[in-house]
Amino acid sequence: MQAKKRYLTLFSAGACLILLFCFGGIQVPLSRKGPSRRDDRSLTGYHPGARWRRFSASLQPFSPWEHDQSDSHNEHISPRQKRDAISGVYTGKRCRMESCFDFSLCQRNGFKVYVYPQQKGEKMSESYQNILSSIEGSMLYTPDPGQACLFVLSLDTLDRDQLSPQYVHNLKAKVQSLHLWNGGKNHIIFNLYSGTWPDYTEDLGFDIGLAMLAKASISTENFRPNFDVSIPLFSKDHPRTGGERGYLKHNTIPPYRKYMLVFKGKRYLTGIGSDTRNALYHVHNSEDVVLLTTCKHGKDWQKHKDARCDKDNAEYDKYDYREMLYNSTFCLVPRGRRLGSFRFLEALQAACVPVMLSNGWELPFSEIIDWNTAAVIGDERLLLQIPSTVRSIHQDKILSLRHQTQFLWEAYFNSVEKIVLTTLEIIQDRVLQHTSRSNLMWNSLPGGLFTLPQYSTYLGDFPFYYAKLGVKPYTKFTAIVHVVSPLVSQSQPVMKLLVVVAKSQYCAQVIVVWNCDKPLPAKHRWPVTSVPVIVIEGESKVISSRFLPYDTIPTDAVLSLDEDTVLSTTEVDFAFTVWQSFPDRIVGYPARSHFWDSNKERWGYTSKWTNEYSMVLTGAAIYHKYYHYLYTTYLPASLKTMVDQMSNCEDILMNFLVSSVSKLPPIKVTQKKQYKETMMGQSSRASRWADPDHFAQRQTCMNKFASWFGTMPLVHSQMRLDPVLFKDQVSILRKKYRDIERL
Amino acid sequence: MYASGKYSSRGPALIPRMKTKHRIYYITLFSVVLLGLIATGMFQFWPHSIESAADWTLDKRSVHDAPLVRLPVSSPIPERGDLSCRMHTCFDVYRCGYNPKNRIKVYIYPLQKFVDELGVPISSTGLSREYNDLLSAISDSNFYTDDVTRACLFIPSIDVLNQNSLRIRETAQALTMLPRWDKGMNHLLFNMLPGGPPDYNTALDVPRDRALLAGGGFSTWTYRQGYDVSIPVYSPLSADVELPERQPGPRHYFILSSQTAIHREYRAELERLKEENGEALLLLDKCSNLSQGVASARKRCYKGQVYDYPQILQESSFCVVLRGARLGQAALSDVLQAGCVPVILADSYILPFSEVLDWKRASVVIPEEKLSEMYTILKSIPHRQVEEMQRQARWFWEAYFSSMKAIGLTTLQIINDRIYPYAARTYEQWNNPPVVKWSSVNSPLFLPLIPPRAPGFTAVVLTYDRVESLFRVITEISKVPSLAKLLVVWNNQNKSPPEESLWPKIGVPLKVVRTKENKLSNRFFPYDEIETEAVLAIDDDIIMLTSDELQFGYEYFNYLYTYKMPGDIKNWVDAHMNCEDIAMNFLVANITGKAPIKVTPRKKFKCPECTAIDGLSLDQTHMVERSECINKFASVFGTMPLKVVEHRADPVLYKDDFPEKLKSFPNIGSL
Repeated sequence: MQAKKRYLTLFSAGACLILLFCFGGIQVPLSRKGPSRRDDRSLTGYHPGARWRRFSASLQPFSPWEHDQSDSHNEHISPRQKRDAISGVYTGKRCRMESCFDFSLCQRNGFKVYVYPQQKGEKMSESYQNILSSIEGSMLYTPDPGQACLFVLSLDTLDRDQLSPQYVHNLKAKVQSLHLWNGGKNHIIFNLYSGTWPDYTEDLGFDIGLAMLAKASISTENFRPNFDVSIPLFSKDHPRTGGERGYLKHNTIPPYRKYMLVFKGKRYLTGIGSDTRNALYHVHNSEDVVLLTTCKHGKDWQKHKDARCDKDNAEYDKYDYREMLYNSTFCLVPRGRRLGSFRFLEALQAACVPVMLSNGWELPFSEIIDWNTAAVIGDERLLLQIPSTVRSIHQDKILSLRHQTQFLWEAYFNSVEKIVLTTLEIIQDRVLQHTSRSNLMWNSLPGGLFTLPQYSTYLGDFPFYYAKLGVKPYTKFTAIVHVVSPLVSQSQPVMKLLVVVAKSQYCAQVIVVWNCDKPLPAKHRWPVTSVPVIVIEGESKVISSRFLPYDTIPTDAVLSLDEDTVLSTTEVDFAFTVWQSFPDRIVGYPARSHFWDSNKERWGYTSKWTNEYSMVLTGAAIYHKYYHYLYTTYLPASLKTMVDQMSNCEDILMNFLVSSVSKLPPIKVTQKKQYKETMMGQSSRASRWADPDHFAQRQTCMNKFASWFGTMPLVHSQMRLDPVLFKDQVSILRKKYRDIERL
Repeated sequence: MYASGKYSSRGPALIPRMKTKHRIYYITLFSVVLLGLIATGMFQFWPHSIESAADWTLDKRSVHDAPLVRLPVSSPIPERGDLSCRMHTCFDVYRCGYNPKNRIKVYIYPLQKFVDELGVPISSTGLSREYNDLLSAISDSNFYTDDVTRACLFIPSIDVLNQNSLRIRETAQALTMLPRWDKGMNHLLFNMLPGGPPDYNTALDVPRDRALLAGGGFSTWTYRQGYDVSIPVYSPLSADVELPERQPGPRHYFILSSQTAIHREYRAELERLKEENGEALLLLDKCSNLSQGVASARKRCYKGQVYDYPQILQESSFCVVLRGARLGQAALSDVLQAGCVPVILADSYILPFSEVLDWKRASVVIPEEKLSEMYTILKSIPHRQVEEMQRQARWFWEAYFSSMKAIGLTTLQIINDRIYPYAARTYEQWNNPPVVKWSSVNSPLFLPLIPPRAPGFTAVVLTYDRVESLFRVITEISKVPSLAKLLVVWNNQNKSPPEESLWPKIGVPLKVVRTKENKLSNRFFPYDEIETEAVLAIDDDIIMLTSDELQFGYEYFNYLYTYKMPGDIKNWVDAHMNCEDIAMNFLVANITGKAPIKVTPRKKFKCPECTAIDGLSLDQTHMVERSECINKFASVFGTMPLKVVEHRADPVLYKDDFPEKLKSFPNIGSL
């Protein structure tokens, strides 16, 4: 027994010793080798490889406590004088908003943009025409230079390449002769191309003075941060408004496509712009990394051709650019003659994640867009690492990059109008500093053009960010009843409606919008309810006033009602619980649909019972209060007056607006199809619904709206939401929304 | 000796029988071995401590023992910082190289004491406490390397935090003496108090070639966007005073101004604001008649009344941070710490870490010119936003301002993000406080995609061996027009699936996948065979499923189930042969933040004949176990991601009084 123990002990001791040797014994020689590896013993007292270690001795603080007092040295220089001095010093290449922009012009009338009248005989490219008409059609436009804060030239400055046919001569003199020019102060100049062969400098060929530059392919070196705006390069075929949607229609998991990385483009043999493209063939593997160049450009390329040209050209012709674009996970976007190229927008639209290889390019709208979420920003110096870099990107990341390309494309790039408005809104954000959009508003759905900071700067006040912030909308709603006929009896539908709605447990307040020609009835004539009823007299008594963003709406949700709507409290409650799950959409009862009438080549409107719907009527619907604000401020006066004059279509317009923001269909709840007494045939009173013109008007409206939006924003849905136990064969006592069953 | 004591107490039955001699022998032996092991361990985890004998002595050195370097008068002076420097022109990326961790390596020069030819040091303070903290924090971080040849970024140990304590020309000369200086390439300097009287430039005046500057108080004219890093001015109060976090909400004062060195013009304007708005404003200044021994930095006064600073900051909703002689103010740090929303009035100031932090969510920036409108501007901000800003302000301080370590590591992370942009931290990671990170939702699939024509769905049927029922399910499903593919997961290892000829003939491709183990999780494996986005997962004992379309659950979620589900849960499910569906619901809810959608009135979908004992759902303990599951999963996710909703999706014309043949989905509800 004892012997056994002894052996065991000896054995374990031995094992320990061996272990000790293994760990310690191998380590020690290695670390001894350490110092000899390191060189650089150039200075006495300098120990290369010595570790930085904390000094434990007590040290002095970097700034004495009295530091604040030392500031008062400055006492004699007035900050006001200092500010004035700045504007004299920092001009030209060092222009900033603080020194080259006159904020006082924007103080009286807000941020308004003036466009110079076009002069006769002045040629103008189509693209520039589009830019100007986009501004003129926007809500920022003013025809009065006295009210303007920003000025846009009517002289085409887009193409400043002297060899181009679009080049405008004598621009310098023309600009100087403008009487509002004022040294370029508060002016913005749009430019797509500058410089010419062979060096393609970024010089515009005339003195822009204190004007801001909205320029494509701008380099970080010339870019004046927070003053210039980098815009994308777009072709002359870029649509003015509307714009194509992104190509991503469905997700694929895993996200990899046929090719990993593709490129197809010119390799310039003379002049600048091909340093990176010359080396692309090193990375090309003709399997999943396909990088093709051609030498064919210009008339006399044969003269300059090098040894690789024939081989490259042959390979180049084997592949189709479109096919590669749609079937690749990543698309290389290397610099060309200039820093930016059309390829950038093409890749973005095709949901092919751009891999930027253009050192020193200030990416489009870099001030507001976080490009790391939609593109891979490579370094030209590290071209050979690019394949392994993109391969190392995680699947999840690829999916989100891809989605972001689509979001950005549709939010800021797919039409000239979007590009121009984004540019102007960026400048507006600078001018109205404290009411400007946060990064999240610009970089997540639905994008900065639909989130107006003038409404609120708080993200939780918008219907889009609840999930991102982890908060919920306010759990009550405000009912807004639109009244057009006078109060005559207590049994009138509107009286019943008020009582029913006020009974809902989620109702916080009822607002009556009095749009009737008769004077307001006495207070006591309204029914007594447990929630406050506020009566607002519409000023001009137009139908759009039901969508005004009243300050008296304390909740996030709005229940919009016509005066003759028939609803039960249960239905209201149920619809509101549904809305809480879909706060960015309209939730309503009766639905309508649109369709493309190919015979008449126009949009059609139908109220037939179909298997699909794309609108819910706002005579009884719940949606977010923010849409009231958008309706009032975002939509152009032309559409609103049209609606007001007809007293019709306001619901269609609202559906257009919400669907164009959310890109989603509205939501229909419960079986309800009619909600008016008149519709149910119980009343013979003349109603607008009985009017035969009514329907034709709505058809016309649809087409007018679609042309302003530039596209048809409505989306079809086949889904209706019912309570979970709806029409199920279980006891009625187990059902929460019993009344809905009986309808 | 401790070990031996433990030994003897553990083996009283054995040891008394041994002779004392032996006992001593064993005890000694074990002690030796134990000590040896401890020593080995120490060498292992502290490899550098045994590097050289010289280092041992260095450990005990004080700052005064740092090697002395005498600067010759004629030694070169670097060029002034080049304003056009950017990462692609002035930074050598080749030194950083490609590495799978996407992390830069940072080297810190050992401390040297630079003196001019007369022996006068270049700096009046030498190494400051803060710079020592900063460098130590970096050396403890995983950015650090002690191998100068592998480093991508170099940090001199020359302290330039406060320009006032420097001799500018000599400091510049000292920089060029650094062995790897190479025109300042890839060198990073930290400076918090730039400029000096009377102009107070907004960037460090020391000529520094191409070195990167992490500076406090940059203006838009000196800041090289994408190259320099704007850092906060560290407030020493951060370390001295502990301010507990306060719940966001309204405070006693609305606006508070606590800075002492405000220009008299601005002070006059603040006074005017106070006259107009009375008690809502509190305007503090330094105290003139404090008794000796009280730190003046910790007291503020208003008309003879003394307030404790920075505690008083917690009593206000908004705190003014006005420019002084310099743009960067240490007060900003105090204000954030107090959870007070900073109102920043410093035109052209580049806010700290503005490259990554969204200051609009934590502060209000007002042009100096509009100081007089400050009250109206702030009053227009909704309460809920003020509360969010208060929370955000405090979070910014905790994460990025609270210590020299936080400031230093944030700076390095920003530079790291530029060098490896594809691995950069996201907006959410930088800006969302932990509370929001937990409760918010960030799914990579956020875009509402509505395909013009649905590509159909793949049905995945999990089966064990109930062939008859399985065939019936297959036949039924195959009638659904939008079915694109059928995948049968054969979960029985002991039995082979029936021969091909026996399977029902259907119009869509049918694939049988045999699994290696009978696991319920197999259902959610992202099989390569699944090509459609929508997946319908069904059990083999379900008959008649007539629902079409709608969101059945994404293929993506299958992928998530296999690769993203917390490991515990997968094991639990496989062990209990239950709850795989609940787990899936948890996961999807956690990723999307949405409730699942129940389609059509179906609640039971088991066939009446399937009463065989192997039916999972019939197990007596089944329901009990499922409740248990929910509790278990909730504890793993740390929250209850499931959401309760009261709605269900039906086809538009469901149960309507309408000709059946005109409805798209007339079969629904026929059961």
